[in-house]
Amino acid sequence: MSEAQDRLVAVLGAIPYARFIGMKAELAGDEMTAILPFSPEIVGNPMLPAIHGGVLGAFMEMTALAQLSIAETLKRQPRTIDVSIEYLRSGRPLTTYARAQIKKVGRRIANVHVEAWQEQRAAPIAALRGHFLLTGAED
Amino acid sequence: MSETDIGEQHRLIAKAMNEGSPQAKALGFSTLEIGDGVAILKVPYRTELVGDPETGVIAGGVITTLLDHASGQAVHAAMTSWTSIATLDLRIDYMRPAEPGKDILARAHCYKLTRSVAFVRAVAYESDPEDPIAAAQAAFMLDSSAGKKAGANLKPPGSSKKEGGQ
Repeated sequence: MSEAQDRLVAVLGAIPYARFIGMKAELAGDEMTAILPFSPEIVGNPMLPAIHGGVLGAFMEMTALAQLSIAETLKRQPRTIDVSIEYLRSGRPLTTYARAQIKKVGRRIANVHVEAWQEQRAAPIAALRGHFLLTGAED
Repeated sequence: MSETDIGEQHRLIAKAMNEGSPQAKALGFSTLEIGDGVAILKVPYRTELVGDPETGVIAGGVITTLLDHASGQAVHAAMTSWTSIATLDLRIDYMRPAEPGKDILARAHCYKLTRSVAFVRAVAYESDPEDPIAAAQAAFMLDSSAGKKAGANLKPPGSSKKEGGQ
């Protein structure tokens, strides 16, 4: 396993809440895809049924954190400053994928964009933009 | 409908949203207050929900889900009859980490309702809403399931449109 893969497994494995929603991630070279397998517990609207918007937001936020952890050498987990989530389509009872793009990493702050999709990469179900505080990155 | 009937309806919606939504149930959400466009919800602290194992602080994602859920209930609490709603966007500012070991509350207020959209502000806190962990601003679409039948998401998108409508 590559060093990045080791870090990714360590980061996600150490977060109890990532296990709670059943989130995983795969690396192809330096490109990470986060995976959220469908489970009945992540449903928010049982009528449609649709995945809870909060779970999709949480999944994308952790995708951003995981992407930062493999791209940057950090002593501590970055802290989320703010997130802006857009809901584009209802989350159907299927596996959800997400990829993060680090738009900018400064000395203290990182800006990350995330997109989540299900069957079609070109038809995203949700997107997130966030700022993260890179605690301990400089000391 | 009388005011007591509306109050009862809001409490029933809150109960259905907390107990009928599997994720809300898994997180243990309960509604402490609902009415007049305001909803106050609680999520109990549990070690399974921790986001930073070094500090024991609950995951931001749990707060995201709580704020989304509380905001949805606030929208229902601003209306006199039930309609389906869906989150359009949700912006959250995290002011400080939650205190490890403590339950988290969220207070959401639907301050504006138009024919198609509801606007909500919400805060998450342990005991004092004036000292928030996080603040949120959200917009919801009203009548989001118009024409969609129960189980609509079990079929591929587009296939339900033909039979929907009217």
